[in-house]
Amino acid sequence: MNRTVFPHKLLPWLLVTPQLAITVIFFYWPAAQAFRQSMLREDAFGLSTSFVGFSNFRRVLSDPNYLNALQVTVIFSILVAFCAMSIALFLAVQAEKIVRGKGFYRTMMIWPYAVAPAIAGMLWLFMFNPSFGTLAWPLRQLGIAWNPLLDGEQAMGLVVAASTWKQISYNFLFFVAGLQAIPRSLQEAAAVDGASRRHAFWTIVFPLLAPTTFFLLVVNTVYALFDTFGIIHAVTGGGPGKSTETLVYKVYNDGFVNLIMGDSAAQSVILMVIVIGLTAFQFRFIERRVHYG
Amino acid sequence: MAETSDGPLAARASSKALAHLWMILGVIVVAFPIYYVVIASTHSTQTILRPPLPLLPGAEAYSNYKNAFSGGISKMGGVSLWRLLGNTTLIALGIAIGKIAISMASAYAIVFFRFPLRMVCFWVIFITLMLPIEVRIQPTYKVMVDLGLIDTYPGLILPLIASATATLLFRQFFMTIPHELLEAARVDGAGPWRFFKDILWPLSLTNVAAIFVIQFIYGWTQYLWPLLVTNSNEMNTIVIALKKMISFADADTPWSLVMVTSVLAILPPILVVVFMQRWFVKGLVETEK
Repeated sequence: MNRTVFPHKLLPWLLVTPQLAITVIFFYWPAAQAFRQSMLREDAFGLSTSFVGFSNFRRVLSDPNYLNALQVTVIFSILVAFCAMSIALFLAVQAEKIVRGKGFYRTMMIWPYAVAPAIAGMLWLFMFNPSFGTLAWPLRQLGIAWNPLLDGEQAMGLVVAASTWKQISYNFLFFVAGLQAIPRSLQEAAAVDGASRRHAFWTIVFPLLAPTTFFLLVVNTVYALFDTFGIIHAVTGGGPGKSTETLVYKVYNDGFVNLIMGDSAAQSVILMVIVIGLTAFQFRFIERRVHYG
Repeated sequence: MAETSDGPLAARASSKALAHLWMILGVIVVAFPIYYVVIASTHSTQTILRPPLPLLPGAEAYSNYKNAFSGGISKMGGVSLWRLLGNTTLIALGIAIGKIAISMASAYAIVFFRFPLRMVCFWVIFITLMLPIEVRIQPTYKVMVDLGLIDTYPGLILPLIASATATLLFRQFFMTIPHELLEAARVDGAGPWRFFKDILWPLSLTNVAAIFVIQFIYGWTQYLWPLLVTNSNEMNTIVIALKKMISFADADTPWSLVMVTSVLAILPPILVVVFMQRWFVKGLVETEK
């Protein structure tokens, strides 16, 4: 750690101040407020607040609506992460076999990355809305009662599809990079040994891709938990009923629509714990990555 | 995958053809929603409302886009399309440039200076990774109200420019700069500003370009935050305005204009990604690991 450095004493403080100021004002202070509020209860008229300890948490965690949101979030996240990762992996493996035209396919695959989640949701709603969606039309012709605005499962299907679609690009780029890092000779050696391509993939390539896969698992979970708010808000608004209300959507709904501050703050704190857990998990795994080189 | 009697060469060729087939299918699925909305934006509302939509561009392209830019959108939300695009561009650029500026400055301080609490500063920045806006929306909103930042550009930009990821990346990159460069610069009498301007900045350009693309898209696609801190339609981003336009219950929704707005909301970031692909892909894959 004996680096050459500049001797200035005041200048570095000036340089870190903008970022520290924004961090403290917009991150730490609000996060601390969330903790404080999660222990407070306002009376019905908002005139007085009292300290209630963990009772907001107890109420939130025993609220059937919250448990429903938790269940919706788990199902939604698993579906999105699994679909987005498996489709992307499949396509990345195909792309690896191709020599000519790789760049073209990559360019065509990265578009959805640039589309806002809310708009991704709207695009799918355009195609699948019951009144004029071109792809809803054949479903109705087939006699399927297709109406994601009324049917909870169909609504879930639609937001999962839109969320998956948006995330495929990202996963694709990482899987391609991961596959490129695996020496060709390993795969060729397996082929010489007479292993079938499929067998070689699952026994040699896939295990070597584990770091990329783990990384993407964390990223996709965080994506499904947080970044899909726009998709859900734009497509279903949490409905029909509460069939697509995720944890983040519920925090928003309770804090800004229903104005139940204590509960919303308690939910924020629970979410914070989830994020901290996921980040810790990610960094433990990154440590391992370093060892493997 | 079946080995034919034609031998491994033919097998390889057929597996390649199959790979192309799958990729084409993948591209169709990935590109179709975007293609669909582009096509829809060239048809009249009547055509859009009568499914299935033709798969080829219609004749209304010119009139739809002309209408949208010359007041059609203003009639719906009271704000012109120009204003919406301007707001969104300003916010996206503000976030991208602001993030690069403040995270480069703090990374520079942390790597090239020694000062008390240096590592504390680093950790304070680092931990913000664990506090995404969604977990602190209500109290952050209150801070905005107290500071009078609702419905202002700083309110839309400032809270989003503190980024642990960009700081981490610049720190990592700065640490790979050989000591000798700094020593030589100091022997030549270069101060912190000269060293930054003449040596560090030119070396950082690729990283800056990569982060710029990623953050521009991040800024352009923001949703929850603009939804909360803007009440006036004047301050809407195009994404929020689009959401407000869509109503399936309202029989009068001018869908052709909605489609035009959708296209204009997704086109700029797509162009940025496609044209800056080289830096973007490198930046994404290298920085986020």
